[in-house]
Amino acid sequence: MKLIKSIVRPNKVDEVKDALAKLNISGMTVTEVRGHGKQKGHTAIYRGKEYNVSLLPKMEIEIVVPDAIADDAIKAIVGAARTGEIGDGRVFVLPVLESYRIRTGEKES
Amino acid sequence: MNQADTAWMLISTALVLLMTPALAFFYGGLVRSKNALNTMMMSFISLGFVGVLWALIGYSLALTPGSNWIGDMSFAFLNGVGLAETGAIVPLTFPHMLYMAFQGTFCIITAALISGAIVERMRFSAYVIFISLWSIVVYAPVAHWVWGGGWLADMGAWDFAGGTVVHVNAAAAALVAAIVVGKRREYGSQSVLPHSVPFSLLGAGLLWFGWFGFNAGSALVAGPIASLAFVTTMLAPAATLVVWTFLDLMRSGKPTAVGAATAIVVGLVAVTPAAGFISPINAIFLGAIAAVPSYFALIIRAKTSLDDSLDVVAAHGVGGTVGALLTGVFAEKSINGLFDGAIAGNPGQVLIQGTAVLAAFVYSAGASFILLKLIGLVMPLRATVEEEGTGLDITSHGEEAYLHVGGATATRHGSF
Repeated sequence: MKLIKSIVRPNKVDEVKDALAKLNISGMTVTEVRGHGKQKGHTAIYRGKEYNVSLLPKMEIEIVVPDAIADDAIKAIVGAARTGEIGDGRVFVLPVLESYRIRTGEKES
Repeated sequence: MNQADTAWMLISTALVLLMTPALAFFYGGLVRSKNALNTMMMSFISLGFVGVLWALIGYSLALTPGSNWIGDMSFAFLNGVGLAETGAIVPLTFPHMLYMAFQGTFCIITAALISGAIVERMRFSAYVIFISLWSIVVYAPVAHWVWGGGWLADMGAWDFAGGTVVHVNAAAAALVAAIVVGKRREYGSQSVLPHSVPFSLLGAGLLWFGWFGFNAGSALVAGPIASLAFVTTMLAPAATLVVWTFLDLMRSGKPTAVGAATAIVVGLVAVTPAAGFISPINAIFLGAIAAVPSYFALIIRAKTSLDDSLDVVAAHGVGGTVGALLTGVFAEKSINGLFDGAIAGNPGQVLIQGTAVLAAFVYSAGASFILLKLIGLVMPLRATVEEEGTGLDITSHGEEAYLHVGGATATRHGSF
């Protein structure tokens, strides 16, 4: 199993969700996050003072998938979230050791 | 000069002015958080641009004798608009200047109402230019037709506080703007949801509060008709809210909060043309009836590709039309001292009311279309794909409504 952690533009969440649904991946955890990579943020002006807002709003989408479909899922995410501009985000892939379903306590493979 | 009337009109003017910030909250809660400030600014900016234009030229074009179609320039730049009670187009018992201000608050909110149709994608600068021109080219003549002794007034159309002048007028412009500007790129997807329903409830509550000035103030005296308009303004939205709640229950099994906020606005819109003309019991009927067409207009609109994002047409267009027609049904001369409606034996009044609605709708829609197309020749009406994706708060205003992490996301440069 793999944990795929994607950080995407907030307005791309729906498209990523739809792309994953086509692969029958329906479970996911979505979190509002802030961060920056190469993108340097934007200038905000409050009461005439300029501020550099360096941490921009992004959405983090976490899914856990069997190894066999991880590559397809990554491709689907990258394809759906890309605009080609700086700030499109990142995809991280991590190994998952174990997974339990809380309702039943059963261990999933 | 009557001091009681003056005091009431001072308060009413402030009440109606409050409706524009109230509208900002009502609309602002219904959009996504990335566009919250932009949406609220679309209402607030009207207080500035439309407010100034009203004083410079709008008031004169609307409320001077002029011709049947438009007023003249005799009050331009507030020439002759003084502290005496004389000079205005209607007999007053308070200073003419205050009448100008009271009427100005109506123009400001009418222009701001249009924004509900184009939120989350229209460029702010194009919007400001549009509502500024609209307040002169569309609002002033329509106000003149109904309240300035123009042709609709001559024909016998009655509009107590602006069902046609304000709501049908704004809704026609909103419909055209939604079509010309086009739908939001993410329209129809699941994520286009209200970001703060409490804001919308706050806005609806403040709108109701301000509407007492709008309707009861339109009596222009602190007397019996103001009291009647006040009571009908209390009862009609109450009835709309009750019927709306049952419609919600029947449709989804749950009375919704956005539904309640919408119902209050629909009831207020519907009673506006009738407020000082009908009995309180008929106001309850009027409010109850008005719930139904607007409720279904909302549902039908959502299934179409017309992205009238915050349903200006369903709430103000349909509600305003129903209110104007029902004014012609429920009006009683024994109450208002002016004219009877269909129930009191004057069915022709409904037709006259309908003609006024149609005239305002057609003129406003046509003129708004031309204005938008002209502005579109000079500058883009729409935000870019990237701006729309990021959100108009950051891209148009350089601000965000909600900065998280205690402000730790920003570093200040420059010095105090």
